[in-house]
Amino acid sequence: MIEYEFPGLLNYWIVFLLMMIGLYIVIGHENLIKKIVGLNVFQVSVFVFYISMAKIKGGTAPILADGIEVYSNPLPHVLILTAIVVGVATTALGLALVVRVQESFGTIEDDEVREQEEQDG
Amino acid sequence: MNVEIVTSDLLNVATLVIMGITGLAIARIRNLFAVVMLSGIYSLMGATLYVILDAVDVAFTEAAVGAGASTVLMIGTLALTSDREKATPNARAIKGLFVCTLIFAALVYGSIDMPLYGDPSAPVHNHVAPRYLGESMGEIGLPNVVTSVLASYRGYDTMGETFVIFTAAVGVLTLIGRARRKKGGKDGGSGS
Repeated sequence: MIEYEFPGLLNYWIVFLLMMIGLYIVIGHENLIKKIVGLNVFQVSVFVFYISMAKIKGGTAPILADGIEVYSNPLPHVLILTAIVVGVATTALGLALVVRVQESFGTIEDDEVREQEEQDG
Repeated sequence: MNVEIVTSDLLNVATLVIMGITGLAIARIRNLFAVVMLSGIYSLMGATLYVILDAVDVAFTEAAVGAGASTVLMIGTLALTSDREKATPNARAIKGLFVCTLIFAALVYGSIDMPLYGDPSAPVHNHVAPRYLGESMGEIGLPNVVTSVLASYRGYDTMGETFVIFTAAVGVLTLIGRARRKKGGKDGGSGS
């Protein structure tokens, strides 16, 4: 049925690259908002990975209709629907923490926060 | 038919490349307002990709909640904090690059024996999915299988999700809600 293997695993490797960009933003920066944006990037990449695995070549969206035989897998779609909403909830909680850090320390740079903590003993 | 499949695969890879460029821009740019906007674009490109990959329900949730709501939340946070990022020390950037390269290599190594993209004989397509696709019309009566699975077969997952959202909402209100602000005012606003 598949006459060629064009994306093959390449598709997944690009997604891994996207995940690593997200992870780099999280661990390579001190700014807390940037870290949360990085987490979002990582998160969307993981979602793309799941949805890629659900795809069947020549398939269509899993909405039943006459005359269509091949549907993509609906189960990963459901899992990711749940994950997207949970992801926004955790983002909101993280951002609330950032606002509290700004109120208490007057900065949202992680290293400056740590310096102040050390000075306060 | 075959032309359609080739086009969708090319669109798939092209969208992923655009997401990669957006991600690199997010990593490089230090103006946080631009970073937040780019993260919205990243989410929207993700939503586009979901349409190409047949996940239409996921696409509109991502566009509304992922690209819409979280961008609004982040802009709100920028208004309460600052929108400039300090330059990152080089040592930290190099450490980050090193760790990410290692993990990337591990992930690629782990993916080598994965089923190829779009392979209909992959294990994931031969477990419960055929049952959902074949029986859900008779058992639930909805043409959209994603809805049947979300609300019926896996209804407990969705209930757990609402618990998580409730907990997060309680957390946000305790951290920056009105009641805490009033108390903080009485203390004379001394941060603890």
